[in-house]
Amino acid sequence: MTLTSIAQVAYLVAAVLFILSLAGLSKQTTARRGNLLGMAGMGIAILATIALALDQSERAWGVTLLLIACVLLIGASVGIYRARTVEMTQMPELIALLHSFVGLAAVLIGYNSYLTEGHDAMHLVEVFLGVLIGAVTFTGSIVAYLKLSARMSSKPLTLPGRHALNVGILVASAALMVWFLAAPSVWPLILMTVLALALGYHLVAAIGGGDMPVVVSMLNSYSGWAAAAAGFMLGNDLLIVTGALVGASGAILSYLMCKAMNRKFLAVILGGFGGETSSGGAEVTGTHQETSASALADQLATAKSVVIAPGYGMAVAKAQYPVADLVSRLREQGVKVRFAVHPVAGRLPGHMNVLLAEARVPYDIVLELDEINDDFPDTDVVLVIGANDTVNPAALDDPSSPIAGMPVLEVWNAKSVVVFKRSMATGYAGVQNPLFFKENTEMLFGDAKDQVEAILAAMTARV
Amino acid sequence: MKIAIPKETAEGSTLVAATPKTVEALTKLGYEVLVEAGAGQAANFGDEAYLVAGAAVTDAASVWGGDIVAAYNPPTEQQRDLLKRGGVLIGTLAPHSSHDLIADLAQRNVTALSLDAVPRISRAQALDVLSTMSNVSGYRAVIEAAEAYGAMFAGQVTAAGKTDPATVFVIGAGVAGLASLGAAVSLGAQVRSFDVRPEVAEQIESMGATFVHAPAAQQEVSSDGYAKPLTQEQLAAALDVYAEESSSADIVITTALVRGSAPTTITADMVAAMKPGSVIVDLAAIGGGNCELTVPGEKVISDNGVTIIGYTDLPSRMPQHTSQLLGTNIVNLMKLLTPAKDGEAVLDMEDEVVRGMTVASNGEVMWPPPPVSVSADAGARAAAAAPEVSEEERKAEAERASAQEAARKKRNAWTMGVSGGLLAIALCFANPAFLMMMTVFILAVFIGYYVISNVSHSLHTPLMSQTNAISGIILVGALLQLGSSSTVVTVLAFIAASVASINVFGGFLVTYRMLGMFQKGA
Repeated sequence: MTLTSIAQVAYLVAAVLFILSLAGLSKQTTARRGNLLGMAGMGIAILATIALALDQSERAWGVTLLLIACVLLIGASVGIYRARTVEMTQMPELIALLHSFVGLAAVLIGYNSYLTEGHDAMHLVEVFLGVLIGAVTFTGSIVAYLKLSARMSSKPLTLPGRHALNVGILVASAALMVWFLAAPSVWPLILMTVLALALGYHLVAAIGGGDMPVVVSMLNSYSGWAAAAAGFMLGNDLLIVTGALVGASGAILSYLMCKAMNRKFLAVILGGFGGETSSGGAEVTGTHQETSASALADQLATAKSVVIAPGYGMAVAKAQYPVADLVSRLREQGVKVRFAVHPVAGRLPGHMNVLLAEARVPYDIVLELDEINDDFPDTDVVLVIGANDTVNPAALDDPSSPIAGMPVLEVWNAKSVVVFKRSMATGYAGVQNPLFFKENTEMLFGDAKDQVEAILAAMTARV
Repeated sequence: MKIAIPKETAEGSTLVAATPKTVEALTKLGYEVLVEAGAGQAANFGDEAYLVAGAAVTDAASVWGGDIVAAYNPPTEQQRDLLKRGGVLIGTLAPHSSHDLIADLAQRNVTALSLDAVPRISRAQALDVLSTMSNVSGYRAVIEAAEAYGAMFAGQVTAAGKTDPATVFVIGAGVAGLASLGAAVSLGAQVRSFDVRPEVAEQIESMGATFVHAPAAQQEVSSDGYAKPLTQEQLAAALDVYAEESSSADIVITTALVRGSAPTTITADMVAAMKPGSVIVDLAAIGGGNCELTVPGEKVISDNGVTIIGYTDLPSRMPQHTSQLLGTNIVNLMKLLTPAKDGEAVLDMEDEVVRGMTVASNGEVMWPPPPVSVSADAGARAAAAAPEVSEEERKAEAERASAQEAARKKRNAWTMGVSGGLLAIALCFANPAFLMMMTVFILAVFIGYYVISNVSHSLHTPLMSQTNAISGIILVGALLQLGSSSTVVTVLAFIAASVASINVFGGFLVTYRMLGMFQKGA
């Protein structure tokens, strides 16, 4: 029994715990347990690794231990601070930023692995690919973070010949890999890293804000592949297993998102959605009707069934708390209230669910597209709060629309629809929404949070 | 400009063209509002309330001399004499039947806007007085019927036995018909309805009523939104439906009014076949009546004891709400005419709604306006084009699609098989250590795929932050490199390990925090 075999067993246990953790996370009832299992797995893996690192240390083991302690201290303090202070509306940014860390780590580990280990061809290929994926993940996630936190325009960057540019970078990287294999030196690796960083930047910069859910889950997948690649170069099975798990889960999420938008995965990844297509689709014009918070309060007082369709606008206005108040108030009065959440509402898969959960909305009244779409005809009032493209009838009616074929919440089948919106501007897809001009639709302009609070005040005044 | 609201002087009229609420809205548009003393009395709006709302209360002469006079009924000769030359008159002027009145207004150089000549397009619904009146009449028809009917609408189960609900049959599901359906359903009756336009079936059912299916008796929509006259065969088939339904109904409400004239839907024979005590409410009485025995304006009882109500003043019987809705129609019209909200009305003859309503302007009679097409038309044309595809063609189309689908699947299977085979061959050349790792990798991908596939939508974000934390496992690699004797390697490993451990701690904790928020409802 050597330390290495003990560590190996610990890794096996950790890998199993990770699999159970992800399996647990697929259901509400077991999600909490899944989270804890993941933590346990990680704890076991880190302890085993520390023992192994001390054992293999080429320096005095005290120095290595000190370094490890510093690392964990930094990680714990920054990580815990961020985790406690982050607002749920900023979740997408945080996750994108965390992805970039994995990418960065993968790049650095790849360099180290090249510097410390043998130069056989297989290992060189592993290092090269690991650094490539890591670098793309790193800059891609940084750009996603900047776009999501509005430090960078969410408009897609459409350079001329951008597909050729991407392909060119890949071809150049392949050529560099040949050089790297023929004459191992650090230069081709550095050149490729620069190219890969540029590729990551360009790939995500070309994708519009509306496609961010796909981008974030895609980057999630990349960060997994980067970890797996690191596992290959270090010959570490735990890294391979974990990386593969994460890579597969991110890929599935991206696929689900694309399906929810009825778009091809490749089309999203290659980007350019929104900016150039804004002229597509039939011109929609007409007049819209406005309503007021107090009129809406009257309307809600007589409604029997209300559905709320939230979107990114609710997150921006941080309106989830007053919305939750409104819901509990209506439920007390015996109104049937439910939420209709489109899979790509928000900027992160499942973003709306998290926000509503934060505001203590019970998850069993938060329904998905398929669960609620048939119920709209029996609904008295639909409140569309900060959603636009996900409730656009043009997706079904207008084949020339850029979002044609995307499954949408068919809110217009309800008796009346009230849209909370800041102005008549178009959504992220840049498509005008005929819903706003329907006879049974009324608009309530202004900040969603202020308006919902005004409704609450009006309801209180009625009592 | 001043908007003047006169007291309605027509016999039995209880309505008023503005209520205190709508006066406020008009004031917001920049207008001064004059209200004739006592104008809202019959609708329970006192002069005091108008004063509070910001109107000036004054006498008939100054009201009729206002810049814009808004009234419900057409003006009498004396009232017309008081009108200001170059002023605007808004009212229900019935331009298709009252040519003399329009000519007279034109000759007095009054711009006349007729509230009952609004084109039937979606945008104009908000100012369509006919819709308003139909709606109120439809509701009131049910109330009148319930009063005349000697029984309860809702079925009752009591200690003394049970009673059946009333059966209500509504002919025509226009605005009035739908309002009747809604009112009758909410009183608890069994409601059935028929309309010659097949596309309203959905609306009827949405009100909780049953649509009587009779395809032989139905037709298409004409381009202006009103029902087209029926062919002989359709007419006969429709009459059969009416006969059958009315004989079993307790209440019949007829609403068929095509451009002011009322076709016969209930013949004297059908009335004779109805149960004693049953009630007919004829909402088309104003156009002569849909029932042969209707006496417009009266309630009569047939020989076999069927009550036939032909009141023509149903909206006036609920003056409070009718005035409120009428007033809102006028506010909506003024919104359209006052885009700048500066109290100056502008008549934009390019606007089809304004053009349609304007029956006299600049001394000329403007009726009838050029025809407008409604959106229903586009739908009808599309529908007309669609059925050309025959059943076989559709089947062929479906077969083609499924063949393509199958071909695509086959192609995909081939591509995957071939690339999998190539990969397998390539792996045969790899060294055993790499092969082991590849085995682990590929199996893990598949496990990941099956583990994640069933994740519920609502957990996507926690899943993502959890996988993110887990991918911080790359920390393991960095930690192992920390002990290297090379300083460069240690520094790089230190940075890598730090960021990766931020991931680990941050990811797990934020997931924990998020999951803590999800809770099930009571």
